[in-house]
Amino acid sequence: MSSPVVELDNGAVAIAGRPILRHIDLTVRSGEFVALMGANGSGKSTLVRALTGLWPLATGALSLFGTPFGSFHDWQRVGFVPQRGTAASGVPASVWEVVASGRLTRRKLLRPLGRADRAAIADALDVVGLAHRSGESVSSLSGGQQQRVLIARALAGEPELFFLDEPTAGVDLPNQQVLADTLRTMSGRGATIVLVAHELGPMAPLIDRAVVMRDGRIAYDGPPLASEQVATAHLDGHHHHHHHEPEHHDHAPHVSSLIERGDR
Amino acid sequence: MTYWDLLSYDFMQRALLAAVFTGLAAPAIGTYLVQRRMALMGDGIGHVAVTGVALGLLTGATPTWTAVLVAIAGAIAIEVIRERGHANGDVALALLFYGGLAGGVLITGLANESGARLNQYLFGAITTISRTDVIVTMALAAVVILICVGLAPQLFAVAQDQEFARVAGLNIRAYNLLVAVLAAVTVTVAMRTVGLLLVSALMVVPVATSQQLSRSFRTTLGAAMALGTAASVGGLLLSAYLSFDARVAPGPTIVLLALAGFVLAWPVGIWMRRRRRLRQPFPVVPAAAHQETDPHPHQHGEDCGHMAVPHGDHVDYVHDGHRHAPHGRHYDEH
Repeated sequence: MSSPVVELDNGAVAIAGRPILRHIDLTVRSGEFVALMGANGSGKSTLVRALTGLWPLATGALSLFGTPFGSFHDWQRVGFVPQRGTAASGVPASVWEVVASGRLTRRKLLRPLGRADRAAIADALDVVGLAHRSGESVSSLSGGQQQRVLIARALAGEPELFFLDEPTAGVDLPNQQVLADTLRTMSGRGATIVLVAHELGPMAPLIDRAVVMRDGRIAYDGPPLASEQVATAHLDGHHHHHHHEPEHHDHAPHVSSLIERGDR
Repeated sequence: MTYWDLLSYDFMQRALLAAVFTGLAAPAIGTYLVQRRMALMGDGIGHVAVTGVALGLLTGATPTWTAVLVAIAGAIAIEVIRERGHANGDVALALLFYGGLAGGVLITGLANESGARLNQYLFGAITTISRTDVIVTMALAAVVILICVGLAPQLFAVAQDQEFARVAGLNIRAYNLLVAVLAAVTVTVAMRTVGLLLVSALMVVPVATSQQLSRSFRTTLGAAMALGTAASVGGLLLSAYLSFDARVAPGPTIVLLALAGFVLAWPVGIWMRRRRRLRQPFPVVPAAAHQETDPHPHQHGEDCGHMAVPHGDHVDYVHDGHRHAPHGRHYDEH
């Protein structure tokens, strides 16, 4: 089996003292395409933010590419597409400029862009199909096109591991299709992809594995599910990769009763 | 004495040098503040620096240096409050505004200095600037300009998207503090040119003007620096020219000239954005049923008066809220 790229062992995240994520064991192997799913508020975005170091872990051990997170500095191997409605800020920026900022992981201070940098930026724009609009202001693009810009920005750093946080939220269908094609290209080039998604839509056929979050814990980890199954993922009897202790002690009563009913 | 004689005076040449350097530096750092949607940060720092100036007057130290120190402390405080997100950024700024201004006026009174002395710093006194002051102004402004231009890729990325920049491995706290310190230094540099209460105008107005017409960050930054220099030098020369007939202070003249530039650029910007939006191609999606227009007496074509908008492999003519696409001899409703 290929080497683990992301390993989180018994991870927990607390925000302002309240435990949000508990008992998270997650291993993502090189080349995998994992969808992190779950309802709003289930903790899937928080988990991705913990995996990228944006939220500190309360407990647990995280390693990226086999290196403990504290001593991990190879950020050019990681690409991140944050959850944002827009790629714009208070000042105009061209599509090219936003994508070029993704190249910073590989640039030294005070050095101009080299030939390889420009080629990577051009390739990233090409993959998301926005090469012909590179000179335009990002704010003149539609929401779906801006999401494509954010993905191109991550692509420009030529990372091996991608974290994408809800890239398709609020994106129209044609743009979702382009995003899915982009992810297919990235995956085909051998990248490991961790995708947070509320709904998969056109991305469904690309997924190798689904991880369903529920109330801050992993409720299901296994082969891809049809979207209507996600809501009831904890009810089906077979928990393929469920490493947790067999007895669930969830403090939300309605949830624990559902799980127990499902397990019996 | 003629206008040209006036320009040959030493004090006028010192003032011109100070105007050029502040005109370049203020919009350079201002661009990053506007990008972070913190356009009023310069104003907040300016108010805090009033206390710094007053402390200088009280202790007999050089007001410029006490202002630099207090302004940096204030800027770091604003940045920390913003980062922690405890209070709203604008409320935190408001607290510093009033605390800084009230403290400054109070301490100036304690120092037995007149309001006129403080006024030099509040509204600028570029023509009274000394030789040492000019050198300090030029050196500090040069540092600000070099960092703002040299570290532009990093500063741009951090201001554009903090989370992305952090996962890209940038030390965003260090960059945020750097921007805060540069803003504080710029405020005290520009203090002698336009004054603490107007300093933010020179940081923000040229940026607001240049972003009306620009599409990229690089042109926004460059044009803002050019506009800032034009406004500060132009304002200084204009006020000198007018001062034969009336008392015209350079600080407000510079700011009003910068605002005049904005007033000119704004309608052009609105018109350009509207035009660009109207010409935006229509999305290509599988068409609804084929529907011909009603008998159509008008022949669409180039310069027919109807906007031609790209739609996939053809153009749609926008005609009274309909989209007419040429199809053989008739037009389709798209």
